[in-house]
Amino acid sequence: MDTKSIVYIALFAALTAALGIVPPIPTGFGINITAQSLGVMLAGSIAGAKRGGLAMVLFLALIAIGLPLLAGGRGGIAALAGPWAGYVLAWPLCSFIIGWLIGRKPGANVWLLGAFIAFGGIVVMHTFGILWYAFASQIPLGVAFINNSIFIPGDLVKVAIAAVLTHGLRRAFPTL
Amino acid sequence: MLDLYSPGKSFLHKMSPAPKMLVLMVAATLLFLNDSLAVTLAAMVAVLLLYPLAQLSFKQAWQQLRPLLWIFAVFFALQWWLAGLEQASYVVLRLAALILLASLVTLTTRSSDMIDTITTGLGFLKPIGVNPAKVGLAISLALRFIPVLAQVTQDVREAQKTRGLERSVIAVAMPVAIRTLKMADDISDAIESRGYRP
Repeated sequence: MDTKSIVYIALFAALTAALGIVPPIPTGFGINITAQSLGVMLAGSIAGAKRGGLAMVLFLALIAIGLPLLAGGRGGIAALAGPWAGYVLAWPLCSFIIGWLIGRKPGANVWLLGAFIAFGGIVVMHTFGILWYAFASQIPLGVAFINNSIFIPGDLVKVAIAAVLTHGLRRAFPTL
Repeated sequence: MLDLYSPGKSFLHKMSPAPKMLVLMVAATLLFLNDSLAVTLAAMVAVLLLYPLAQLSFKQAWQQLRPLLWIFAVFFALQWWLAGLEQASYVVLRLAALILLASLVTLTTRSSDMIDTITTGLGFLKPIGVNPAKVGLAISLALRFIPVLAQVTQDVREAQKTRGLERSVIAVAMPVAIRTLKMADDISDAIESRGYRP
């Protein structure tokens, strides 16, 4: 792996960590809506499939070794084993899928970019999140699915931001 | 470095990180496979007893659980309604025990020791092309980038404030993204020009 890839992997892991500083919005369910999944989307859409996926693996490793980098200052292995861990554990796959889809359509317009980002950042992430939540807390999938819908509006906003940013950056850096 | 480590001299502090994480993984799996309330309760008591043995206070144990109290309350109510009181206590106790156990590892292990363990532990992946030195570089770069990103965002916000644009997400995020990507390119050039060949 070349040096540039290593630096990009580190950069997007750090970006996801830095987005944890943005104050989370409490939902009343005990878990909060955070800006961090924007980092997941951007890692895939800007750094690409392999670099983006590895950036998220690195981020999860930093959490696991005990750094409080998740929004609200949470960290440690406990944060990766809690009832909502499915979302976080799916991040490498989400970034990879976003990067892979975008890599196949280099000339994508902002709407198509948004669709790709929404697929990886909402469909894939929420599927894993709901499954783990239903398993860990032993509740029916339907209830988990309904509880999950609280995250959809915020995630749509993040998809829009990620799509506009990616579109602009691809014009500013044609080599991305 | 900023981490969740709590200094001490107990046997858990002295234990090297690798076996600690292995025990944690095995214990967590067993905890999830068992479905009896009595065993879960015993596990919870055992984990709690490890806290004083590791020179940690019960207050620290409580601090690990406090941010999750709301989740526990929601789960408990939901389970009680769906499956009865016993199932509700079982699910919540199991999660609490798991979180206390994982926190025990985090509280008694320095992040730097954990990083060292990971880099040496990755040695066995060398045949499939993983270079531990490069992983180490990525970890240190990422930790250094976090404050840099916060600083760049601060700079751009101030610049956009003079234009009345500090509340526009795109007007702040776009220059931040362009600056950091340029910075990343410069850094990788700088590393290469110094002959970095791990």
